[in-house]
Amino acid sequence: MNKHTYPRRRWLSVFSLLGIGTWLNPVLVFAKKPEAMEAITKIVGSQVPKDGRVKLVIPPLVENGNLVVLKVSVESPMTAQDYVKAIHVIAEGNPLPNIFSAFLTPRSGTANITTRVRLAETQRVWAIAQMSDGSFWQGYAETLVTLSACTEAI
Amino acid sequence: MSKTSRTSITMPAQAKKDSVIEIRAIAQHDMETGFRYTEAGKLVPRDIIRFFTCRYNGVEVFKAEFHPGTGANPLIVFTTIATESGTLQFEWQGDGAYEAVNQSQITVT
Amino acid sequence: MKLLSVFALLLAILCPATSFAARQSSYELMTPENQAMQDDPNLNPAQFWVMDGQSLWQERVGKRNISCASCHGESKTAMRGVAVQFPKMVQGKLQTLEGQINQCRVTRQHAPRLAYESKELLALTVFVATQSKGMPIAVEETPTNKASLQKGRQWFDTRMGQLNLSCAQCHEDRAGLKLGGSSIPQGHPTAYPIYRLEWQNLGSLQRRLRNCMSGVRAQQFEYGSPEMAQLELFLMWRARGMPLETPGVRP
Repeated sequence: MNKHTYPRRRWLSVFSLLGIGTWLNPVLVFAKKPEAMEAITKIVGSQVPKDGRVKLVIPPLVENGNLVVLKVSVESPMTAQDYVKAIHVIAEGNPLPNIFSAFLTPRSGTANITTRVRLAETQRVWAIAQMSDGSFWQGYAETLVTLSACTEAI
Repeated sequence: MSKTSRTSITMPAQAKKDSVIEIRAIAQHDMETGFRYTEAGKLVPRDIIRFFTCRYNGVEVFKAEFHPGTGANPLIVFTTIATESGTLQFEWQGDGAYEAVNQSQITVT
Repeated sequence: MKLLSVFALLLAILCPATSFAARQSSYELMTPENQAMQDDPNLNPAQFWVMDGQSLWQERVGKRNISCASCHGESKTAMRGVAVQFPKMVQGKLQTLEGQINQCRVTRQHAPRLAYESKELLALTVFVATQSKGMPIAVEETPTNKASLQKGRQWFDTRMGQLNLSCAQCHEDRAGLKLGGSSIPQGHPTAYPIYRLEWQNLGSLQRRLRNCMSGVRAQQFEYGSPEMAQLELFLMWRARGMPLETPGVRP
């Protein structure tokens, strides 16, 4: 091996390792997937949602992604002056990121919602809450979606 | 003629004034996503419930929007304040002129 | 200490996974959320089919224009204790619950048989079976069903399919171990018909057994075939004494 090819090979292996590392751990490298980001931008406009006040609970391991119980709780006094107007659930790994929305009123009492959603694959799910004062808050949960061993032959 | 299906409401029949009550609403519906294919390779078109509303003595107190990502036989559990006695009216609307209604009486003391 | 571990090992080898005391419903393997979905009728999607079944029970059909209720009674408890006896020998033929419902339709109501996995047959089956909820499965070996039971046992123990696996190899020998992230259940049909999340629909035991067979790439038994009934008989006998959970929810 002559002196000129050795450094190039070294750089090639460094960059390919970095690339593979990025590919293997996208959740750490990228903040949100692009379609999910677009869906969230459509909701919040130019604002940046703040972290906190929104608690999203989904089982950490799901036996079947067809029906996953999802609970959202948003901290709020729920008075006419200060209440949660809307809660939007965005799934990063689904073909369509918007999977569910709820619209509340000061008569709702609490901002606790339970529903059942479809999750296409292992992913992060976001809940964006829109407050009556126009601010946005966000929370997320990650889940592993598995499939039964003996599935149907279609 | 619009399509309809069975629905089920679970909520208390009585409540103390200004207490928070929990309401469970579920509708029988396949929620066809529009992403599935038949064995022959033809795309099965989307056919889902789009909106759910709850009216308390005629006033809308809660609304939900369902998407293809919402599970089949969609369930929604939410709360509302028991302000007065009367009727809670529930309505589901969806693709293909789907419409379902249900109602429940409440006595508030 | 060493003697104790050798003894424990011998015990584990000699006592099969489904020795009477060690039997477990696949309900125990589900997440708390799915268990709650099964337990609460207000959350269980299968409840809609039970309501449909109740309507069909009272519907007059066929050339004789009579309903199930005409002979069996209007009450929602008229069929209590029936589902836990099936499959059983009825007039010399081994009948499953679905088979018996069709038998009644054809011979008593003079109506056409309902197709397997049709909404109507599932609704009627789950309506009848739900009335036995909580009761122990009561399928015992009798002189009349002995031959069918033996055939059912053979199906359970025979290797089949391109993967060349028998039911027993997974559900008897390896029950409790993992297969691709899921725990292998013992395979007791305690909750059928079930709302399977995989199907997003209600389905029968025969549909689930066909899934198992396609899972090992075997030629599936036909719906309503004698082989299916024999296998069902053996599985219910194997689960005798366990409480019926119908309508179940499974992933």
